[in-house]
Amino acid sequence: MAVLTYREALNDALREEMERDDSTFIIGEEVGEYDGAYKVTKGLLDQFGEWRVRDAPIAELGFAGLGVGAAMAGLRPIVEFMTWNFALLAIDEVVNAAAKMFQMSGGQYNVPIVFRGPGGAALQLAAQHSQSPEPWYSYVPGLKVIAPATAKDAKGLLKSAIRDNDPVVFIESEIMYNLVRDEVPEEEYLTPIGKAEVKREGSDVTVVCHSKMVHQALAAARTLEKEEIDVEVLDLRTVRPLDVDAVVASVKKTNRAVVAEEGWPMCNVGAQVVDDIQREAFDSLDAPVARVNGLDVPMPYAKNLEKLATPNADHVAAAVRHVCYAD
Amino acid sequence: MSSANPGRSTATVSDDPAAGAPGGASSADPDAFLGLSKEECVELLREMIIERRFEEKAAEVYQVGKIGGFCHLYIGQEAVSAGSISPLRDDDYVITAYRDHSQAIARGMTPNAVMAELYGRVDGCSKGFGGSMHMFDKSLNFMGGHGIVGSHLPLAIGVGYAIRYRGGDQVCLCFFGDSVVNIGAFHESLNMAARWKLPVIFLLENNRYGMGTDYRRVAAVKELKDRGRAYEGLTSLDVDGMDVLAVRQAMEEAIERGRNEKTPSFIEARCFRYMGHSMADPMHGTYRTREEVEKWRSDDPILSFTRRLMDAGRLTEEEYKTIDREAKEIAEESAAFADRSPFPDPEALYRYVYSDGYPDDMRRRDAWRKELR
Repeated sequence: MAVLTYREALNDALREEMERDDSTFIIGEEVGEYDGAYKVTKGLLDQFGEWRVRDAPIAELGFAGLGVGAAMAGLRPIVEFMTWNFALLAIDEVVNAAAKMFQMSGGQYNVPIVFRGPGGAALQLAAQHSQSPEPWYSYVPGLKVIAPATAKDAKGLLKSAIRDNDPVVFIESEIMYNLVRDEVPEEEYLTPIGKAEVKREGSDVTVVCHSKMVHQALAAARTLEKEEIDVEVLDLRTVRPLDVDAVVASVKKTNRAVVAEEGWPMCNVGAQVVDDIQREAFDSLDAPVARVNGLDVPMPYAKNLEKLATPNADHVAAAVRHVCYAD
Repeated sequence: MSSANPGRSTATVSDDPAAGAPGGASSADPDAFLGLSKEECVELLREMIIERRFEEKAAEVYQVGKIGGFCHLYIGQEAVSAGSISPLRDDDYVITAYRDHSQAIARGMTPNAVMAELYGRVDGCSKGFGGSMHMFDKSLNFMGGHGIVGSHLPLAIGVGYAIRYRGGDQVCLCFFGDSVVNIGAFHESLNMAARWKLPVIFLLENNRYGMGTDYRRVAAVKELKDRGRAYEGLTSLDVDGMDVLAVRQAMEEAIERGRNEKTPSFIEARCFRYMGHSMADPMHGTYRTREEVEKWRSDDPILSFTRRLMDAGRLTEEEYKTIDREAKEIAEESAAFADRSPFPDPEALYRYVYSDGYPDDMRRRDAWRKELR
């Protein structure tokens, strides 16, 4: 096992899959000569050449659609958005083209494509560069939406996403690229899409989370251990299709749940998780489900305000105490 | 006429919206018929007539509620579909917008499959999932019918990218309407196609109205083909879209460029839609006059090509009548076929959302729908 950063794990996944299948190519802004705005594609241009690592003009709609068309013609494109904020310019191609093509064509044209890039807030990037796109895409039948929390999952899930025959929205994180590092197997492995993973076993309360909030939940769990509250951290990893079975199984064990995510509360992933819990595990609940999320405001720039608007481990811990009637 | 000469106008269109059909003569020798045999010419005509009769039947059955949703008819533009698709090879690609019935038929789809799709039945080319705007046939490299104006141009350059990627010599023919030239996706696509030499033929069907808006009211250029001039390596030209042979010649040259030089082309085919924007819209009214429609109807692409063939001794009155009668029968049979075809079964709802199946635990969210359990 080698300890890799989240960024290195993604780079390994791209390289391995491009070596494995020559129909795989990557297109996006700065992915080639510049080695990637966040260096996720470092070294790939040298190894694979310009037709497989294509520096695109700043034209998100155009190159996202190029990917969809190339996928329909038999290639397996990876479209990098420098950040998911810019992908809003391309959402028509993701939602109206990629997600619907398989059904609209009566099952003739599936679209094997990965749209990837970092989402969520980083450090004082202000309103237009600090948002969590998961709910926008999770809403759409036909898409698969992945937001891994660890280097190991990032690699295994990106490899699975590239091999998947349907469009995958793959949401990374600027903060995690460097800060998250963990053991990654040296032998080849794939992490299954649509399967949650218990990142910490516990018996008193389940925290359902994904992406950065997994780390906040694990930190909260360490704090709560001292208060003799045993927290189970369930990392969704894929938010669509959502692993309802795993959520329900965990809640039936712990009888309490907190749903934590970074984005805004209205219609977010957690809102759906709460619904799944109340429909399938209502009789197991000893307390109403609590939610932790970002405040329902555009992200402000000022450091103190950004901190207030962003959910953290303390918020998760407080929510856990609340559902345990320990606050 | 359609020499690879960017900017050369070959059809003169008056600024007056009621001026009628392009008056410019094609530079193709009218007697030479592009070297096509008599039989090939008759086939082109037959194709156009089948498209026309099919659309007329579609309009008829739409009125009695057999077809739902939007239904955009192609009547008047048949010279463009027949002239552009006929010189393609089977391994080339075609992608288009939502006025797609005739192009699907021109590409080789059976009228039965297209009509059954309009009826939303299992024997439709998209198994009833697409309807009027979303005709697909992978076996013919017919990549759809797309309903968001301009959104399929990026898809077309993706197909062009895949062709280059694999070192092939195919081309991708991409149809779109005049409203698309003002959309960002148009420029993004032309730019990338020109910069990376993608063999895409952007075929603008300028039928003069984006729904009810005269293109000259919203485009800051007089000649739409001039929009292509900004891109080095892209050949831009216009052509009389009411003349099937002129369209075909322009296409043959564009195909050559695409196959040999890998360069894209942008062809503005000047034509006219005889019907309203969709079946729900008027043929004329606030945005165009009855006189303008009638003027263009007098230049009907089917009638004028019929006359040309007859004048050249390539078609007899009797042959024309036979073709037309057969086309009407084909259209009638397509409606009868569609009527007989079953509706999709309820289980099909979940069949094509994901290619590896619909997750059971997600499906449990639909448990409240007892009839779907």
